Amino acid sequence: MDIFGSFALLLAFLAAVYAFVGGLIGIYTRKQLLTKSARHAGMAVFGLVALAVASLEYFFFTDNFSLAYVAQHSNRALPGFYKFAALWAGQEGSLLWWSFLLALFAFLALFLNRKRHPELMPWVGVILAGVQIFFLTLNNFVANPFNVIAGTDSSGVMRMATLAHGSGLNPLLQYPEMVIHPPMLYLGYTGFTVPFAFALAALLGRYPGEKWIHITRRWTMVAWCLLGVGILLGMHWAYAVLGWGGYWEWDPVENAALLPWITGTAFLHSVMMQEKRGMMRVWNVWLVFSTFMLCILGTFLTRAGIVSSVHAFAESSIGSWFVGFLAIVLTVCLVAWYKNRDYLRSDNQLDSLVSRESSFLFNNLILLAACFAVLWGTLFPVLSEWVTGSKISVGPPFFDKVNIPIALFLLLLTGVGPLLAWRKTSFDALRRNFAWPLGIGVVCGIVAAVFGFRNFYALICLILSVFVTLTIASEFYRGARVISSRDRVNIISAVGELTMRNTRRYGGYIVHFGMVLIFIGIAGRAFSQDIQKQVSVGQSLNIGPYTIVCQNFDSPSNANYSSQRATLEVFKNGKSEMMLYPERRLFTASQVTETIVAIESSPLRDLYVVYSGIDPDTKKPVIHAFINPLVKFIWFGGIVVVLGTGLAMFPERRTALVLRAATQPSWGDAVSAGGAAPAISGPSARSGNSLMRRTDSDDES
Amino acid sequence: MKARGKFIVGSGIIIVTLLALAYVGYTQSKTYYHTISEISTLHGAALHQRMRVSGDVMAGSIEHENGQIQFVLVENGKKLPVNYVGTDPLPDTFKDGAQALVEGRLTPQGSFVAQEVQAKCASKYQAAPIGGTMAAGKG
Repeated sequence: MDIFGSFALLLAFLAAVYAFVGGLIGIYTRKQLLTKSARHAGMAVFGLVALAVASLEYFFFTDNFSLAYVAQHSNRALPGFYKFAALWAGQEGSLLWWSFLLALFAFLALFLNRKRHPELMPWVGVILAGVQIFFLTLNNFVANPFNVIAGTDSSGVMRMATLAHGSGLNPLLQYPEMVIHPPMLYLGYTGFTVPFAFALAALLGRYPGEKWIHITRRWTMVAWCLLGVGILLGMHWAYAVLGWGGYWEWDPVENAALLPWITGTAFLHSVMMQEKRGMMRVWNVWLVFSTFMLCILGTFLTRAGIVSSVHAFAESSIGSWFVGFLAIVLTVCLVAWYKNRDYLRSDNQLDSLVSRESSFLFNNLILLAACFAVLWGTLFPVLSEWVTGSKISVGPPFFDKVNIPIALFLLLLTGVGPLLAWRKTSFDALRRNFAWPLGIGVVCGIVAAVFGFRNFYALICLILSVFVTLTIASEFYRGARVISSRDRVNIISAVGELTMRNTRRYGGYIVHFGMVLIFIGIAGRAFSQDIQKQVSVGQSLNIGPYTIVCQNFDSPSNANYSSQRATLEVFKNGKSEMMLYPERRLFTASQVTETIVAIESSPLRDLYVVYSGIDPDTKKPVIHAFINPLVKFIWFGGIVVVLGTGLAMFPERRTALVLRAATQPSWGDAVSAGGAAPAISGPSARSGNSLMRRTDSDDES
Repeated sequence: MKARGKFIVGSGIIIVTLLALAYVGYTQSKTYYHTISEISTLHGAALHQRMRVSGDVMAGSIEHENGQIQFVLVENGKKLPVNYVGTDPLPDTFKDGAQALVEGRLTPQGSFVAQEVQAKCASKYQAAPIGGTMAAGKG
């Protein structure tokens, strides 16, 4: 049983090598049978890696401490839920988990397209197998999770050993979010491999037109959404578990996850330029290449410890493997682009500064600027050491200074961009669309300033949030009014009908609205306050409208941990509002303490109370209380973004206006906006444009 | 081509603004890393920069006095006395033998005044999963 998982992992590696080599030979010799068998090998990798994962999980659940990885990350008393999640608690396991999710995506991509795109798919298979070979090499030969514990006995003979107890899962990871956060993040990271593979395959195979974008649109959105959810879950976990009152502090690990999300966002927007106008072909290809490379870089940053952070004190040798892989990927991308660059020429030029195109260009420009700033700040210690010899790091002020204005500008574009027409927008249209929303936003800003909210950036954020929300609402309203008067239905069902007819457009608006909510939540940070005080039983501390009275201290315990707990009663305006129980747990197996924050969350503010421990001088307990306004908007906004993304992936309902009799387009083609526009590719792009404009004006009529 | 020109000018303005902001943020928050042995070789302006120093907490050196905490960092036999003046309670992982990263400034007497201390238990290093032990030191 012990070697079962190990063996499956080795076979998976061999299958990936076969899929890569066989696939390449199949492409060049045009042997159908070889191509087919390479595809099957690529799909088999998934089954084999799944067996390895199942085998490792089996070791966790049977407390098999002869495996070093199990012994390091589990113990007998660990609840089953966390034994399952302990799989990705350490380096070896999380790399195996990476391989598993990558294999899952690769399997789906190969399986769902097995009868389609015969010129494209062999290349896709080869590229996916190439990426898999890298990760399976790490799994098998560099960081094997199936390594057993061995030692030499008294006579000097090497023997396998079994430990009586495991050293336990890091208590910081014993939190429900930690069970789903890494899989989400990894799904996002690995998910971007699919659009990358299709883009590179289209380039290498000179596959005609914009088709790879249509094929991968849903993949990209799924990856983007999961990565975003992963980031938000990580933020929520940091907020709820680490007890420092915030959720983001520009740590290299956080930045590593944010970078591909930023370029992914840029990509989702700029592909529309290519679909509708045949522009930005080179740019899009490089955006998806960069997104993939940033995913790898992110994994590398968190693994290799080259950037000094609290996460990465120890350096590990695995870094050089990642650098090597990144170098290979970059070289392949450069060569593929250079050899096929004339195939990526643009059909159109920018016509006017006040147009949808230009808003997309600005969107991309500043997203890339944000990405560059974050990357630069994250890698600055490494870069400065290379250049000047002294290691210099930059802190949150650097990131905030650059990224807050960028974020606000993006928020402005979120409101403006979708309402600008393609090619050129007239001044009248601008006034008609934007005068009211902007006016009301400014009035709200003035009112807030009068009531004492005078933080500059927060005010701008408020004005823009109102503005964007109103533009989105007016888009829904205007579209729905047309439908309701024409079809004689009430406005509510007209909104539903409108949304389902153009899920891509209105789903996008909902995503934008979710982002507005997240922005509001982040702006609330400007008004947070905190107080730290030593309190014994009967004493109290005041924060904002609350008085917190300390009622009791006790120490509940179980097999997994022992803890210290405070019982606090919270009064507001002299009335008892609630009880809070902040806690500190000492985990038995690992002898590590963890803070359990007590959070009373309401839409407008969170009361966040931490039991900071006992002051060593006075022996009194220390309570640290925060008021964090609007934090709930962030989590709620995240849910709205997910719903909007889901809606945007939903097939569009055909309307009576368009050519209903036309044959149903294939799955890959059914994604273009407007419901009516067929897949626009190559030479037909111009006719596609006129068709698009017609659908657009149809929406606005 | 006119629109293209305008776009380039607009981009230029944005990029220059962002660069200026980045520079301001950089000067406000730049922090130098030094090893304990490097500190004795510093001179001039380098002595007054904000810096980060890492080392192991010397066993038995942690002392609490009037709400301030003093301890000694060791690295390759070189010692650095540290006075922690920050307001946050020290992390749970901060104990004898732990790896610590202190951030602050040197005093003319050669000791270190730290505003921030991060620590990781040396006995058991766990590789962080991606997005894993975010800011564990602050816990």
